[in-house]
Amino acid sequence: MSIASTQKRGFGAILWDYLTTVDHKKIGNMYIAAGAFFFILGGLEALIIRIQLVKPENDFISAGLYNEMITMHGTTMIFFAATPLLIGLMNAIMPLQIGARDVAFPFLNSLGFWLFLAGGLLMNCSWFLGGAPDAGWTAYAPLSVVSPGHGTDFYVMGLQLSGAGTLMGGINFLVTIVTMRAPGMTYMRMPLFTWTTFIASVLILFAFPALTVGLFLLMFDRMFGSAFFDIALGGNSIIWQHLFWIFGHPEVYILILPAFGMFSEILPVFSKKRLFGYTSMVFATILIAFLGFMVWAHHMFTVGLGPTANAIFSVATMAIAVPTGIKIFNWLATMWGGSIKINSAMLWTLAFIPSFTIGGMTGVMVAISTADYQYHDTYFVIAHFHYVIVGGVVFGILAGLTYWWPKLFGKVLNETLGKIAFWLFFIGFHLTFFIQHFLGLMGMPRRYWVFLEGQGLDTGNLISTIGAFLMAIGSVVFVYNVIITSIKGEKAPADPWGDGRTLEWSIPSPPPEYNFKQLPLVRGLDPLWIEKMEGNNKMTPAEPLDDIHMPNGSILPFIMTIGFTIASFGFIYQVDHSAWLIAVFGGMAIALGTMLARSLKDDDGYHIHKEDLEKEVD
Amino acid sequence: MSQEHSLNPENLPKDPAKATLEGRNKFLGLWFFLGGETVLFASLFATYLALRNSTAGGPSSQDLFGLELVFIMTILLLTSSLTSVYAIYQMKNYNFKKMQLWFGITAILGLGFLGFEIYEFYHYITDYGFTFRSSAFGSAFYTLVGFHGGHVVFGLSWLIAIMVRNAKRGLTLQNAPKFNTWALYWHFIDVVWVFIFTVVYLMGMVS
Amino acid sequence: MTNNTNIDKINSFQKQEQKQEMKHQVITFVLMIVFTLIAFLAVASDLDKIFVIPLILILAVVQVGFQFYYFMHMKDKGHEIISTLIFSGIWIAAVAILTFTTIIWW
Repeated sequence: MSIASTQKRGFGAILWDYLTTVDHKKIGNMYIAAGAFFFILGGLEALIIRIQLVKPENDFISAGLYNEMITMHGTTMIFFAATPLLIGLMNAIMPLQIGARDVAFPFLNSLGFWLFLAGGLLMNCSWFLGGAPDAGWTAYAPLSVVSPGHGTDFYVMGLQLSGAGTLMGGINFLVTIVTMRAPGMTYMRMPLFTWTTFIASVLILFAFPALTVGLFLLMFDRMFGSAFFDIALGGNSIIWQHLFWIFGHPEVYILILPAFGMFSEILPVFSKKRLFGYTSMVFATILIAFLGFMVWAHHMFTVGLGPTANAIFSVATMAIAVPTGIKIFNWLATMWGGSIKINSAMLWTLAFIPSFTIGGMTGVMVAISTADYQYHDTYFVIAHFHYVIVGGVVFGILAGLTYWWPKLFGKVLNETLGKIAFWLFFIGFHLTFFIQHFLGLMGMPRRYWVFLEGQGLDTGNLISTIGAFLMAIGSVVFVYNVIITSIKGEKAPADPWGDGRTLEWSIPSPPPEYNFKQLPLVRGLDPLWIEKMEGNNKMTPAEPLDDIHMPNGSILPFIMTIGFTIASFGFIYQVDHSAWLIAVFGGMAIALGTMLARSLKDDDGYHIHKEDLEKEVD
Repeated sequence: MSQEHSLNPENLPKDPAKATLEGRNKFLGLWFFLGGETVLFASLFATYLALRNSTAGGPSSQDLFGLELVFIMTILLLTSSLTSVYAIYQMKNYNFKKMQLWFGITAILGLGFLGFEIYEFYHYITDYGFTFRSSAFGSAFYTLVGFHGGHVVFGLSWLIAIMVRNAKRGLTLQNAPKFNTWALYWHFIDVVWVFIFTVVYLMGMVS
Repeated sequence: MTNNTNIDKINSFQKQEQKQEMKHQVITFVLMIVFTLIAFLAVASDLDKIFVIPLILILAVVQVGFQFYYFMHMKDKGHEIISTLIFSGIWIAAVAILTFTTIIWW
């Protein structure tokens, strides 16, 4: 532990520390905390949806509120829960895995976090300011253009802010991985989680600009009277669908690839075997990313793109099953003949493989464009993407959190509670969503407020709601586990699992602010394992002990974000009264002024001196 | 100026912009950002191409565009690209004064381009009543060309800020990467313009 | 102005190399201007659009290639990752533009 953080400090000092921090581990932790908050929020929305659908013609909430619930559930879970939880883990773990002291752009990293948080909070402010967005998480035009009130405006500005933050995060990770790998850490020696972070960042880089443009067009149409989606003036609402899905489909891979990476880290450790087919795993990841950009129109088969376009997108979509299949078999082969240790991280991983495979198979089913006319906008599609997103991404996040918790917070999560949480969540998940395949095939459409009695949908919906509550209880147990561990848990050693293979397990838990006292020399894939096999219990340093250069903390990202948030409120309300333009210009002035201040002020950072480093014990 | 970053004439690095890790990071980061910008502008171009004939009875591209103005704007921006190359050349020669001079010329050319663009928009609005709200074509045109114009405005502000800031300090390993990334950004603006003058203006006048 | 404007201290080989480089840049610029002129003249000359549109598009692509490879130095060493990413971006851009010009029709 570093000297500073062992001293007791007041609440104000800690708050200031977090507001100004540029340390990738602290930012990662903040991402995880904020992501968990939004995950709970989205979960509550899901419960309300399921309560409404527990019996036929229920009147638990009004139709309008139901539309707001489904919109906010989808948007929150994708943009403000899953994405930040993954980015948080990438932020905290990836630099440790490549043997870096920090990310390439610590300042930008902090700005990205604050923008994401502001976007999420801004959008949720809409609940208290006249109603949340209600045009579905896909916000299809022309519905989203004519949707009354300010709900959709909050959607637009919230996503614009958080999207900018995510884009910065993506660029930051890319540069970090290219320039800051430790000596000997070649590309083909990088752990799979780092690889998937790299590829997911490439996807972020190319996918989010399409969303940015789509949101701008929607913003211009709603706020400034342009005619992109206005049929009367020659507009075309299909443009929104294309732009949204050019972003939206890669977004699915932005979420699932890092989850794949986490499973690829967990399986070798708890099977005590190196990852089977490392090279094919890397290339399968690249192939999935490449194909992932050319399949977006499979969300639009029923739009009427024509048989040629449908056929091309259909075949491309089915092709993705091949690299994904390669990965599934590699994971199975990794376990084959290994000395397998089953703990809660491993349970999530083992549960992921069949669950995700079901989602993949229904994926191929909906990829068949002719058959999709039957599945489209039914609960079959809901079941499909929840199998992929929950069975893949959420299981991955929970597995990853359990696995890296000691590295992040210095304490191992309680195993018993972890297993209880897993079983409740796992059973609840399948109860909730498996039955929805059949509800969909029976013709139950998605996004409907009520269903009628006597159509054979009653029992299925009841089972689904029961399952949702089991998932909720499972999540509560997980949160309880986190709380109880942070109060009572014992301090974890550097390598609490005993079989850690990658660099992050060679440094203390939690790592000191400079991560590596001396940068490690990497001699192959799974560098720590190599050293262990040769009888060294630690990495060989690649440099003598010397002063470490660190970046200074800064409050500017926070102020800049406040500026952009004020401007966003201004944009939303200037439709009602032009006095709100003051907020637009004022907010922008704050943001741009801060940017200028950052650009003009030299920030050389500071050094941790050799003498102080020598005093610290690992 | 901090001690470790000031340049010592005895051991000058070949390329001051990429001599430090921070410099290399900035350089790569900007390039990757440009990769994202490629998709951003592609989305705008795609939208424009889908809507370019949706004039809703208002003025069309043939009615509006004139070759002379666009040609002048193109030459201004292309030349500013060359002058920024000269500026970077002088940077690698460690001739700070000449670098500032060339960047100054670049800024003036950029301002000239911007002036013509503002005049162009003003001309369309007042003489043809062709606005952002006239038709889907109008929205798409002003959004695409306006996004490019916005990039020019941001680029010019950025350049002027770093020129003024560093005027008295000379070239250091800390500011060299800033000038270099700026030049890359400026070239990219030119790349986008090449497609705008071809796809929007020239193709708009042909078809 | 501080100690760092001393041009004579750089070794002459490096200077020579950069001069050579600058010469290429100027040639590139001249070609770009020529291409621009051809494009504008082709449009002004009332030729058939089946001929003109492909011509100006090709000229634009070549010109952009010059910008990327010469002005932005993508031809130099150390640009492998950059090229990969830029070409990925261009590929996605091309696919997007292709769909917007083919399957959005009403």
